[in-house]
Amino acid sequence: MLVSLYRYNPETDTKPTMQDYELDLPAGKDLMVLDVLELLKRKDVSIAYRRSCREGVCGSDGMNINGTNGLACITPVSSAAKGGKLILRPLPGLPVVRDLVVDMAVFYKQFEKVQPFLINDQPTPAIERLQSPEDREKLDGLYECILCACCSTNCPSFWWNPDKFIGPAGLLQAYRFLADSRDTATDERLANLEDPFSVFRCRGIMNCVAVCPKGLNPTRAIGHIRSMLLQRAT
Amino acid sequence: MVTNVTNFGRSGLYDWVIQRLTAVVLAVYFVFFLSYLLFNPDVNYQQWQALFSTTWMRIASLLALLAICAHAWIGLWTISTDYLTSDMIGAKATVIRFLFQTGCVVLMFIYLVWGIQILWGI
Repeated sequence: MLVSLYRYNPETDTKPTMQDYELDLPAGKDLMVLDVLELLKRKDVSIAYRRSCREGVCGSDGMNINGTNGLACITPVSSAAKGGKLILRPLPGLPVVRDLVVDMAVFYKQFEKVQPFLINDQPTPAIERLQSPEDREKLDGLYECILCACCSTNCPSFWWNPDKFIGPAGLLQAYRFLADSRDTATDERLANLEDPFSVFRCRGIMNCVAVCPKGLNPTRAIGHIRSMLLQRAT
Repeated sequence: MVTNVTNFGRSGLYDWVIQRLTAVVLAVYFVFFLSYLLFNPDVNYQQWQALFSTTWMRIASLLALLAICAHAWIGLWTISTDYLTSDMIGAKATVIRFLFQTGCVVLMFIYLVWGIQILWGI
């Protein structure tokens, strides 16, 4: 199989290049893209990429696979490289540290902005803060995000304004805490999102939904945030 | 919270609501306009003048004119803050963006005044 890999080391290279590798894959097995990278790494130890759990839980190996963002560990080669060629690039829109490794500082900065933790001004109860099963259900489809950045780096609004637009991943988490019945900082959270960039840069093109490896829907969450902002202001 | 002083209503929510309300106004106005032209394919000056001299048509046209100005300003401001940034065009981005936005405002104001003149001149 032919694998075309994005190679860039800012310390030695003046510009990125695509390097082709010919690889013999074991017959009768449908490998994941990460397995192919592991085989490549045996041939060329200078290849750099992130990986950890190799089962779609840690979110380390988000990358651009044949033009679509996804997790290398749970993307089968058969579905990714339909034309017989596997093309691997780093997640788009973030600075490249080396090869497939990107600098995610700006992504985490946006995540930090939404205060992704429970804020409750009531006295701490003796046991945990209770929640009805119905209220708990509201968090389904929100808390499962693994912060792989596949969605935000597939969003043109995030490419153009990564320092101002929170991006789909951050906004999904923003809504996760807005929707939480135990959180008491709803008003403060909404006030921080009302400006023209943080939420409203989303143009609803749903690129985030198309690539989320966990099947989540940030566009719907952004819609809910908009409705909450509107209700608060009218 | 991102601070910005050049957008239409100082708040993203306000701009978003205005953008949608003006879109509805423009859609209704243009559907009416197209229907009028479809049902009166050989419209003459007298009919045209009669239509535009009615108070309701002037109200509707002025509303559509104001709506198009607000709608265009929010849209063009968004485009300018997407593409005319320092990441995209370098260090002079702020000056270029500000000039572009100023040009848009001046043009819209000219169209508004000119449009009012035309509306009351027919």
